[in-house]
Parts: sequence; structure tokens; C-alpha cells
Amino acid sequence: MKKQKNKLAGLQKRKAISGYLFIAPFLIGFLAFMIKPLCQSLYMSFSDVQLSSGGFKFVWRGLFQYNYAFRVDPTYTRLLTEEITRMALYSVSIMVFSFFVALILNQKFKGRALVRSIFFLPVILASGVILNLDSENSLMAAVAQTVEVNASATSGITDALQTILRTSGVGVRAFEKLFEIIDNIYDVAISSGIQIIIFLSGLQTISASMYEAADIEGCTKWESLWKITFPMVSSLFLVNWIYTIVDFCMRSDNKVIEKITTYMNVNLNYGLASAMSWAYFILVIAIVGVSSLIISKGVYYYE
Amino acid sequence: MSKVKTGKYTNFWERNRKSGGYLLRKTVMGYGVSICRFILLFGLCFLILQPLLNKISVSFMTEADLYDPVVVSIPMHFTTENYQMAAGFMSYTKSLINSLVIALTISVLQVAMSTLAGYGFARFKFPLKNFWFACVMMTILIPPQVISTSLHLHFRYFDVFGLFKLITGSTLNLRGSVIPYYLMSAGCMGLKNGLYIYMIRQFFRNIPKELEEAAYVDGCGTLMTFIRIMLPDAKPILTSCFLFAFVWQWTDGFYSSMFLGDISLLSIKLRQLPDSLGGYIGNLLGSTTAAIVSVPYNNCILATGTLMVIVPLIILYLFAQKGFVESLSSSGIKM
Repeated sequence: MKKQKNKLAGLQKRKAISGYLFIAPFLIGFLAFMIKPLCQSLYMSFSDVQLSSGGFKFVWRGLFQYNYAFRVDPTYTRLLTEEITRMALYSVSIMVFSFFVALILNQKFKGRALVRSIFFLPVILASGVILNLDSENSLMAAVAQTVEVNASATSGITDALQTILRTSGVGVRAFEKLFEIIDNIYDVAISSGIQIIIFLSGLQTISASMYEAADIEGCTKWESLWKITFPMVSSLFLVNWIYTIVDFCMRSDNKVIEKITTYMNVNLNYGLASAMSWAYFILVIAIVGVSSLIISKGVYYYE
Repeated sequence: MSKVKTGKYTNFWERNRKSGGYLLRKTVMGYGVSICRFILLFGLCFLILQPLLNKISVSFMTEADLYDPVVVSIPMHFTTENYQMAAGFMSYTKSLINSLVIALTISVLQVAMSTLAGYGFARFKFPLKNFWFACVMMTILIPPQVISTSLHLHFRYFDVFGLFKLITGSTLNLRGSVIPYYLMSAGCMGLKNGLYIYMIRQFFRNIPKELEEAAYVDGCGTLMTFIRIMLPDAKPILTSCFLFAFVWQWTDGFYSSMFLGDISLLSIKLRQLPDSLGGYIGNLLGSTTAAIVSVPYNNCILATGTLMVIVPLIILYLFAQKGFVESLSSSGIKM
């Protein structure tokens, strides 16, 4: 104790105190509105919440709610696996797409500012309720259906390509996934605004002299992409990966989240809703943790 | 042909010959790349803008135009009736003012608090600092839905250490009022607040320490240094955080419907638009239940409503585009 006091004497101690004062709002908010609800919801997930006029009380039920969510509820497990696979698929394609677009936008051409602002527009327009409305838009779905019906008669170039690739018989399932992404390229494009900006800022910090030197040594553009650009922005891959996954988990058109919200608001089954959200949350944290560990092995830090 | 031009041309071929065909290849490649790039970017930009343009064209159509197979994007009977309808359903002026007030106050509060926390994390050494910063990162990672159940109950039976129960005999019911959300924003726990703390911290870390030290040597206190020296420097990141906070708050459905359900906000009204349209048509037909509105017309009104909600944002983006993009890239997000 005394040693601790000595260690933080004088100015250092004062700075430590003012540091705590600066982050005090965060600390208070964190303890009151994050830790307390978090613990409570964890407790709730192990119990039955009974609402009454005077308040609420918990009845300890052990693992009952989890058991119910995974083994009794007809759709939860299916939705969970669907969402997780969708997340993996989309996160990868968002990463590839945003890196590719950032590479293009980093080049010099006329109207670059305009294109950049268009690509960034979805960050503003496709957030919150509006994104939700777009995905629920039944007219779009109806139109897409009619287009599909009509298209089967007069198939376009993409359909022709798809049939050729399907009949080739090699890696059909992989192709199916690819087609799914291509069909939903709009979703990918509108959810990669922030990632593009982050990649762009990374690309701009790479000094041009590096490319020049490589060029003089006889390095082709393709080689310098893999030997210079890729390692230099590799730390941003980690940032973007985490951001993409988190963003995806919190999107309002997420089926699991929708289900949880229904259980909470309509059925008032707080215990089950908490159990479901905890299971989902832990799964997501595990995925973020494992994948970022793998990625961070490949990250190269220049310094 | 003028002499200069011919001279230039022969020059080009001469130069080409001298370089062994390299110059020609390079020029052709350059043009080829730009053309490919143009096609690609044009397609992608169109992909992003198309829904917006589509909404604009649909919003000016009469109902007859929606069913007319001849009409694709330019309305035959130009009308602004849809706008009046949508405005009526959303009680537009009132909701607009409400949304403006809420989004402005919330985002200012959020950014102010995040700035304090971000500065604290960037510039001071204190015990457990890394632990607390890990907590910030955790708040980014935790989906608000996980704690939403508990927050519901927390604010339904709100109390500070049992004080209210002691004084008035019962707990406070804060559901349906705005206070919980302001409290949460003041505690840096609002919508995506952890992200702002992170961005601001990164920015402050890049400001040279000497500035601050000089201020300390001149006898400036910690708080004064922060206000006088650091804040003016941090203007770009603060505007960008403010803009993000504003926009995300404007379109947010989750927190708004959870805490601000009773106030008519644009984002909530927009969600209810199809229902109110059904109710209105049902009323016209004389029935008490909501009528089933045809899909195209429903979507036409919805598109108009969406446009009316995002027009303020587009205007904001046009004027403050630099604030959104530039400072985000200058903050040097790295891990």
C-alpha cells in the first residue's frame, strides 16, 4: 500500500486523479447502465421474471431458459445458424469489396471526389430504420419475383453465366454462395461505407516512394499489391473485420434480434429473451475473438 | 492540319518507335484501364443511387401511374399529393422539430461526454487504464439488445440506491419519458458511444505532447489546458463525431422506440406509416379496421415518407461532406 502511494506521488498522482475525473462520466455510465443491466440480464436468463404491479421478482429456474431456447423453441437454433453463416459470408465479401473499392478510389482520376461521396452516402442513408424499411420492402420483393419469372424465359448474361458455371459441376456449392452474394451486391455495397474510408485512409499513408522503388527494381503492379499494399494495410483488416462483424450483429434486420425483441415486447417473456440474447452474444464474442486472433497473426506492423 | 499537331503526331510515333513499342502499349493500357474503371464505378455508383432515384420518381406519381405499365420512371400525371399524404400521416412539422431537438441535444451531449472520456484515455496515466479502455471496447461489442430487457425493468422501476423509495415510498417509473436516454447519453452509453470515445482518443493521441506541457509549465491547470489548448485543435474530429451522432440518432429505431416511444419522432413515424395509411383508407371506406392497401400504393407512400425523412440528412451531407469523410481518415484509426 505504501509502495503504491510512493509510486504515484506528486504530479503523477494529481494526473491520475484528473484522469479519473475525465473518464468519470464513462465510469458512472458504464457501471450504472452497462454492468448492472448486464449482470441483471445474466441473472434473468437463469430465471423466470414475474411482473406484477408492485415490481418484478425472479424465480430461479437454472438452465431452463437455455434449454428451452435451444431444444424446445422451433426456430431459434435454425435462425442462429442461418444468421451466423450469413454473417461470415457477408463479412468476408464486405471486406473484399471495400478493399477493392478503396484500391480503385485511391487512384487518380476525374470525378474522384464525387465517386467517393457517393460511396460514402449509404453510411448516412442506410442506417437504422431506413435500412429496415428497405429490407422489408415488399414491392421490391414482388418486383424481383416477377423479374425472376420473366427472366427465366429471356435469361440475361448473369443467368447464362450461372448456368454454365453450375453445369460445370466443379464446386457447385461454392458457386451457389457466390451467386447469392452477387445477387445481393447492393446489401454489400451499402454496408461497406465506413470500411472503404478506413482502408482509404490506410492506403494514403503508404508513401509513394515505396512503390517507385519497387517499380524501378522491376516489380509489377500485381506483385507490389501483394508485397507492399497488403502488408501495409494489414492492421486495418483487423479493425475492419471487427467493425464489420459488430455492425452486422447490431443491424436491425437481423432475424435473431427480431425474435428476441418479439419475445420481450410481445410475449413479455424477459427470462427467455435474455437467455437467447446471452447465447447469441457469447457466440458472437467467441467468433470475434477467434477470428481476430487468427487475423492478428498475419498482421504486419511497419515501424 | 497545323504544323504543331503533325509535329506532335510524328513525334508520338517516333517516340513510340524509339521506345520499341512501349509508349503505345502504355498509352493504350492507360486508356483501357480508365475505361474499365469508369464502367465499373459508374455501375457501382448507379447501384447505390438507384433506390434513391427510384424513390424520387415514384413519389411524384399518382396512383394510376403506379399501375400503368407504360410509366417506368417519369410520371405521366405529376403530383405532389403523396407528399401531402405522407406529411399528414407523420405529422411532419411536429416530428421534424422533435427529431431535430432530440438529435441535436443527444448528439451534443454524447460528443461532449465522449470527448472528456476520450481525452482522459489519451493523455493521462492512471491505474487500471487499460482495463477501463477494454471496457470501452466491450461497450462497442455488446449489442444493446442484450441489455435491453434489463434496461426496460431498470427504468420501469428506477431508483438511485433506494433513495426514491425511501423518500416517496415508491420507485420512479421513467418508461416513456426522455430522461433515461439523456442519462444514458451523459454516461457515454448511448448509441455507438464507444466508437466516438475510440475515435476521439485516437485523435488526441496524435497531437504532440509538447503543446500540453508548455501549457502546464505556464501554469495552466488540467481542465484549462483541455478547454483552451486541446479542444480548439480537436475541432475536425469533434465535428465528425457530432455529424455521425446526429445522423445515427436521426435514423435510429432501436433506442428511439425503446426510450422515446411517446414522442413523435420521424424515425418512429416512418415505421408506422404503412399502418396509419391502412387505418386512414379503412376510415374512408367506413370500416373500423384497417384496410389492406395495395402493395404499390403502400410503397409509394412509404418511399415518399422515407424521402422526407432523409432529405434533411442529404442536405447536411452536401454541406458537411468534408466533415464526415476527411476527419475520419485523418484520425488515423489503427489498432
